[in-house]
Amino acid sequence: MERYYQEELECASRETMVALQNEKLVKQVKHVWDNVPYYRKLMEEKGVTPDDIQSIDDLYKLPMISKYDLREAYPYGLLGCDLKKCVRIQSTSGTTGKRVVAFYTQDDVDLWEECCARAITAAGGTNEDVCQVSYGYGLFTGGPGLNGGSHKVGCLTIPTSSGNTDRQIMFIQDLQATILCCTPSYAAYLGERMKEMGLSPDEIPLKAGIFGAEAWSEEMRRDIENTLGIKAFDIYGLTELSGPGVSFECSEQSGMHINEDHFLPEIIDPDTLEVLPEGSEGELVFTSLDKEAFPLLRYRTRDICVLSREKCSCGRTLIKMKKPKGRSDDMLIIRGVNVFPSQIETVLLNYGYAANYQIIVDRKNNTDTLDVQVEMTPEMFTDNLGEIEKRQKDLIDGLKSMLGLKAKVTLVAPKTITRSEGKAVRVIDKRKI
Amino acid sequence: MAIKQISVFLENKPGRLDAMTDVLTEANIDIRALSLAETKDFGIVRMIVDDVYETATILKDNDYIASMTPVVAVRIPDIVGGLNKVLKCLTQAGINIEYMYASLAGKKSDHAYMIFRVEEVQKAEIALRAGGFLLANQDDISDM
Ligand SMILES: [Zn+2]
Repeated sequence: MERYYQEELECASRETMVALQNEKLVKQVKHVWDNVPYYRKLMEEKGVTPDDIQSIDDLYKLPMISKYDLREAYPYGLLGCDLKKCVRIQSTSGTTGKRVVAFYTQDDVDLWEECCARAITAAGGTNEDVCQVSYGYGLFTGGPGLNGGSHKVGCLTIPTSSGNTDRQIMFIQDLQATILCCTPSYAAYLGERMKEMGLSPDEIPLKAGIFGAEAWSEEMRRDIENTLGIKAFDIYGLTELSGPGVSFECSEQSGMHINEDHFLPEIIDPDTLEVLPEGSEGELVFTSLDKEAFPLLRYRTRDICVLSREKCSCGRTLIKMKKPKGRSDDMLIIRGVNVFPSQIETVLLNYGYAANYQIIVDRKNNTDTLDVQVEMTPEMFTDNLGEIEKRQKDLIDGLKSMLGLKAKVTLVAPKTITRSEGKAVRVIDKRKI
Repeated sequence: MAIKQISVFLENKPGRLDAMTDVLTEANIDIRALSLAETKDFGIVRMIVDDVYETATILKDNDYIASMTPVVAVRIPDIVGGLNKVLKCLTQAGINIEYMYASLAGKKSDHAYMIFRVEEVQKAEIALRAGGFLLANQDDISDM
């Protein structure tokens, strides 16, 4: 039996949802116009006023904003209400260094936590569950978001935060944690440690995991599911929009339902900025519908993905997004070819290696070089040098056919690639230095 | 009786072989034979040791990747062309040698041993015994 946290919204008919979105969009645009001079100026430059926005069909008329605007307006330029009403900030470093600071009123926090509660419920969580939140707590949204969601569902919440792996495992075992929330790379690491300790999946009480905040492949999902003996659910979000829970996976595990009653999605062509029809691959753009402190209209996420309204077996009618191929921030351009770290990970796992790898990009004699360093595993090791070299060559061929690019593969000793407790450092781009 | 070889994955960087033998020395493991096969960035150390299981455990505890492989240790007759005779015997039996290396002379032993990695261990052993050669077993190695 599928459970929902807010069934009337998660399973609403299309008509009900559109009516709700229309009403909320009109209000949100008015709110921004009245309170955010930075965005009002962009609207004026485009000759748009709130009167032009009567329904979601008018969305395309609004100007888009991006991380660039967040940096320009740092720290208070996009604030949508009096600071007195704000109760919290969260912040993310972003790949380019300058921090993004997002503000929340109490209503904004509640809305965010409800989104996370929907995700936990979709993963099978109820008030009988013990939910261990091993995301970092603090400025990073992972810990606080899932912590709040877990409270709302009524789970017994274990706020371990990230790090101290042996203590994490002790709590999972001693308090019989049934749901684990963390980054996929940390889940894989916990699984690796528990396997080393001789724990079989049957001896681990976990039944579900909610993993997000970094790109991970389908193969990595299966690996984590097998070592921990759980069902692993993807979750997606951006600090700019609230945090994790903008979209979440259901039991079908075929894309994430967007909480579109709060975040209205569009797919655009990142070059022409044209809105693309449903089913097209392009950049994901979100418009917040309920935010007070940090409303964002047509915010470009840089994430490349596809939206789908295909009927879902879980009963939710919320639109689904495919797992993003990667943030365009993560995207590397190597010798003119677009490369996502997640593509490399897929190949590694397909060829029998573990997801312990690092991608090193450099430039030598004006040519980009791509070196994939991957840890040797007991399964891939043999005393036969020729055999190891053959497997190495097969992997290079596999990468070539996936990326259209010749990579170097370096086999490194186990545990030499630093294990991450938060987001894994997958890419070292020496070209920028 | 085939003996067990320990193979270890090492990065081909200065100090790596040192570090591994340090670990074994600390655990009082005696290396009776060792050979190294390497590429530009990694290598495989193949060893015959006095205590195979202790070695495997210690390596694993220290995060090395190691595997065990059966190999044949043949005592090389102390005559001119001794090794040549062993090789001939294996060739005649149709045994393909993947690689081979010499054992360090043991404290008590005045014989040289050659370690052979072959696909068909049993077949090699039968052929060598029939040819009158002496094969070392695990105890011989431990007592060497
Ligand atoms: Zn669904």
